[in-house]
Amino acid sequence: MRILVLALRRIAWMPPTLLGLIAIVFTISRIIPADPARVIAGENASPAQVEALRQKFGLDLPLMQQFMRYLRDIVNGDLGISLYSQRPVVEDLLGRLAATFELAIAAMCLAIMIGVPLGVVSALHRNRWLDQVIRLATMAGLAMAAFWLAILLQLFFSMTLGVTPVQGRIDGWGPDQITGFYTIDALINGDGETFGKALRYLILPTATLAIPAAATIVRFTRAGVLNALSSNFVFYQTAMGLPRRTIIWKYILRSAFIGTLTQIGLVFGNLLAGAVVIETVFSWPGLGLFAYNSILQSDYNAIMAFTLFTGSVFIVVNLLIDIAQTLLDPRTR
Amino acid sequence: MVAEKLLSVEGLSVHYITEGGTARVLDHVGFSIRHGEIMGLVGESGCGKTSLARAILGVLPGNAEVVSGKILFKGSDLLRLAPSEAEESIRGRAISFVPQDPFTSFSPLFSIGEQIRTLMRWKSPDRKPGEKVYGSGRRKRDRERVMAMLQAVQLPDPEGLLKKYPHEVSGGQRQRLMIAMALLPEPRLVIADEPTTALDVTIQAQILKLLKRLITETGASVLFTTHDLGAAWEICDRITVMYAGQEAETAPVQSFFDRPAHPYTKKLLDSLPTENSPLIGIPGRVPSLLNPPAGCRFHPRCTSSTEICHHKQPDVTEMGYEHAVRCHHPIMGGGQ
Amino acid sequence: MRMRRLFRDRALLIGTVIISILVLVAVFAGPLATFPDHVTGFDPNHRLKAPGWQFLLGTDRMGADIYSRLLFGARLTILIAVTATGTAVIIGVPIGLIAGYFDGWASEALMRVSDIFLAVPQIVLAIAIAQTLGPNIQNVILALSVTYWPFWARLVYAETRSQRNEVYVEAAKAMGASPLRIMVMHILPNIAGSIIVRTTIGMGATILAAASLGFLGLGAPPPAPEWGRMIAESREFLPQAWWYATAPGIAILMVVMGFNLLGDGLRDVLDPRIRRGGGDGR
Repeated sequence: MRILVLALRRIAWMPPTLLGLIAIVFTISRIIPADPARVIAGENASPAQVEALRQKFGLDLPLMQQFMRYLRDIVNGDLGISLYSQRPVVEDLLGRLAATFELAIAAMCLAIMIGVPLGVVSALHRNRWLDQVIRLATMAGLAMAAFWLAILLQLFFSMTLGVTPVQGRIDGWGPDQITGFYTIDALINGDGETFGKALRYLILPTATLAIPAAATIVRFTRAGVLNALSSNFVFYQTAMGLPRRTIIWKYILRSAFIGTLTQIGLVFGNLLAGAVVIETVFSWPGLGLFAYNSILQSDYNAIMAFTLFTGSVFIVVNLLIDIAQTLLDPRTR
Repeated sequence: MVAEKLLSVEGLSVHYITEGGTARVLDHVGFSIRHGEIMGLVGESGCGKTSLARAILGVLPGNAEVVSGKILFKGSDLLRLAPSEAEESIRGRAISFVPQDPFTSFSPLFSIGEQIRTLMRWKSPDRKPGEKVYGSGRRKRDRERVMAMLQAVQLPDPEGLLKKYPHEVSGGQRQRLMIAMALLPEPRLVIADEPTTALDVTIQAQILKLLKRLITETGASVLFTTHDLGAAWEICDRITVMYAGQEAETAPVQSFFDRPAHPYTKKLLDSLPTENSPLIGIPGRVPSLLNPPAGCRFHPRCTSSTEICHHKQPDVTEMGYEHAVRCHHPIMGGGQ
Repeated sequence: MRMRRLFRDRALLIGTVIISILVLVAVFAGPLATFPDHVTGFDPNHRLKAPGWQFLLGTDRMGADIYSRLLFGARLTILIAVTATGTAVIIGVPIGLIAGYFDGWASEALMRVSDIFLAVPQIVLAIAIAQTLGPNIQNVILALSVTYWPFWARLVYAETRSQRNEVYVEAAKAMGASPLRIMVMHILPNIAGSIIVRTTIGMGATILAAASLGFLGLGAPPPAPEWGRMIAESREFLPQAWWYATAPGIAILMVVMGFNLLGDGLRDVLDPRIRRGGGDGR
C-alpha cells in the first residue's frame, strides 16, 4: 500500500513538470524570437507566406491565448507540421522512437555490464595500480567528445579493419516490425541472418554511447562499494567468517547498486542526449538523426517538437526508474 | 582446581599506522579465558579492548600491524593460521561474534531470514569443512535449529520475524537476533563487543541475563567487553581492566570489586556513584597512544606514583589467588 | 606549507598543468602558430596534407594548417567556457542563495523552475535555443548559460539551507545585519569552496556541450576555428585524412580532463567535509 502512495506521489509530479517543459519550449519558440512567424516560415519564405503562417498559428494573438492554443494542440497530440516533409512531426518522431530506444537500451545494458564489475574491482583494489588504471580510463571516458570517439571507432573498425558497417541500421529490408527493435524482431521471427546483420550495425553506435555511460557507472559503483566496505554489516559478516565472495557479490553489490540506480536515470538521459550526435555520425535513423536533419533544413517546428518529445520521454523514463528504485529498496517499500 | 585455558593471549603488541604516527594500540597484552567462563574486558573508550577483540577474531583494520605475541586458541596460534582457514573454521564457527550496534550490523536490503540463511549455509554445525552445496536435508535441519534458537532467545512469532526486514524490528529484538546468530554455529567462544551499549537501559539488563543464561546452557566461553562496570558485575566470572593498551589488573569478579589492587581500578570503582551507572570521569586524560608516557602508562593520573613509575614500566605481579596486577605500588589489604 | 599541500595531490597538479598550458596557448596563439593567417585564410594548393615538417598536424579541406587553427581554437574554447559557465554562475548563485535563505512560495517556485530545467537533457534544450537564435558564438554562450544555471541554483540552495541555521548566521542576525548582508558577507564565503569546485567541473561539461553544438553546426560559423566543427568537417574525408579529426579530438579530451582533474583536486583542498582523513583506528 505504502509503495502505491509513494508511486502516486511521484506520478503526481509529472503533470506540473511536463507543463513546465511546455512553458519553456513555448518561451523559446514564441517569446524569444522577435518575429516567430518569420523564424517558423524559414529564410526563403515570402512576406505573404509569413503573414499566412502568422494567421494560421494565431501568432498575432495575445501570448496567453497563444499558450492555451499551444497547450490544446499538444494535448491533442498535435506537435505541428514539418516544414520539410509536410507531415505531422509526431508521426516522424514516433516512427523513430524505437530506433533510438534500441540504441539507448543496448548501450545502457552494455554500460552496466562493463561499469558495475569495473567499479567493484576498482574499489576492491583501492589505490593500487589496477584501481589507478581504471580511474584514469574512467576520467578519459568522461572527458571524450562522443562524436570524436564515434569517428575514431568508425575509422578503425569499419574503414580500416572492415569488420563493421560504416553507418546505417540494416541493409536491405529490416525484419517484420513487432517491437521496432530490429535485433529483437529478428529473433522473434527466428531469422538468424537478419539478427546477425542488425547486431553488426548496432555494435559501434552502442559501444560509443556506452563508454561515457560506463564511466559514470564505474564512478558511482566504486564509491558505493567503498562506502559499503566500511559499513558495519560488512564488518559483522567478516567477523562471522562469511566467505569474502558472498559478502562482496551479494551484500556489497546490492547496496552499491541501489546508489548507482539513482544515477541510472541521469545516465539514460545522457544516453538519449548523446544519441543526437552519435546517430548523426552513424546515420542511425532515430530521433537524433531527425533532429540533425531538421537543424540542417532549418525545420523549426520539427526541432521544437523534438525538444518537447525528448524532454517528455526523459521525464517519463526518470519517473519509471524512480519507481523501480523505490521497489528495490526494502526501506522505502 | 585450575581449569584448562581455552584461549590465551601472550605478549600481544599491535600498532596502527596513522597519518599522525604509529599508535601503540596493544602493548604486550597477556590474558586468558577458560572453558565455560565469562571474561569481562573493562576500560574507557580507546583503551584497546575493541582492538583486542578484533585481533582475536582476526579482523583488525587494514592499517594495523601485529608486532609481536601469540593468540593461542585450543593450543594453536591464531596469528599463524592461514587466512582462508581462519575464515572457514574459526570466525563464526569456533569463535563467534555479537556486535556493538545491532542497528547497522544487518544489511538493510535483505530480509532477516535471508541473512540467517546465508549464515547457516556457511556456519551451520552440520556443515562439513569445505562443503559448498547447501543440500535440502541440511537446509531442513538448519531451519529447525533456527526456529529452536529464536525461541530460546525469546523472540515472539519466529516465522513472521524471518520474513521481516531489519528496519521493521526493534533494537532489543535485533540484539536478540544477533545473540541467536552468534550461538547458532555452536561456538566455543563468543566475543561480545559492548553488546548492550546501543540499547535502552531497561533492555540492557534483559539482554545481559539472556546472554548469561544461554551461555551457561551451551558451555561456551565469552569475552565480554564493556565500559559499564555494573554490567560486568552482573554476568562476569573474571574481569580484566585495560588501560592505554595494556592490561592493568585481572581478578575474579568478587576480588575485583572487594579488593582492587591497581590504583586505576580503585579510581574506577570510586567514580561509580551507584550501581549500574556508566563510568564518570577520573581527573586527567587518557594518554595518547601515539606518544604514551614513559614508565607506567597511568602515572600522570595516579595519586600514589613515585619516582620509579616515571621511568620504569611495572611488571605483572601476582596478588593472590588468580589475581594479577601491573603496578609498582599495588594497593595491599582489603579483608584477606 | 600550503603550496606543498596543494601539490601533494597529483590530480590537482596535473589539472593545473593542463589548464595552464591551455591558457598560455590561448594567450600566445599568435606567436606560437606557424600560419597565423590560416584562421581566416587558406591555401588551396595544400589541401588535406598529412602531418609533416611544414604542417605539423596536417592541413584541412581548405588547405589551412590544423596546428595553427587548433591554437586559435583554444581562445574560442576558453571564451565560450568562461563566459557561458560564468553567466550560469551569475544567474544560478543568487537564485540559489535567495531561495535557500528565505522560505515561502517564491523560493519554492524558483526551485521548481530549476528542477524542470534539470529534467530535460541540457544539450536538447541548448539545441532548441541555439537554433532559434541562429548560429553564432554569442548565441551558443547564451544557450549554454540558460540551460546550465540550474546546476548552481540547486547546489547553492542546498548549501544555503544547511548553513542558514548555523551559529554564525544567528549571530549576524542578532547584530542586526540585513538578509542581503548575511547572504553575501557571511553565507557566500562559507559555501564558496563547493561553488568553485562545481564551476571548475562545469567548465569541462560546458566545453563538451559547446563542441557538440559546433559539431551539429550550431556553433560559431566558419571559418571560426571551433574544435567541434573541425571534427565534423573531417567526416567527409575519412579514412584518408585520419589526422583531420585526431588533433582537435585530443585537444578536447585533454582540456576537459584537465578541468575535471582540477575540480577533483580542488574538492580535496577546499571542501573540508570530504577531505581525506587519516586511518581511523577504532
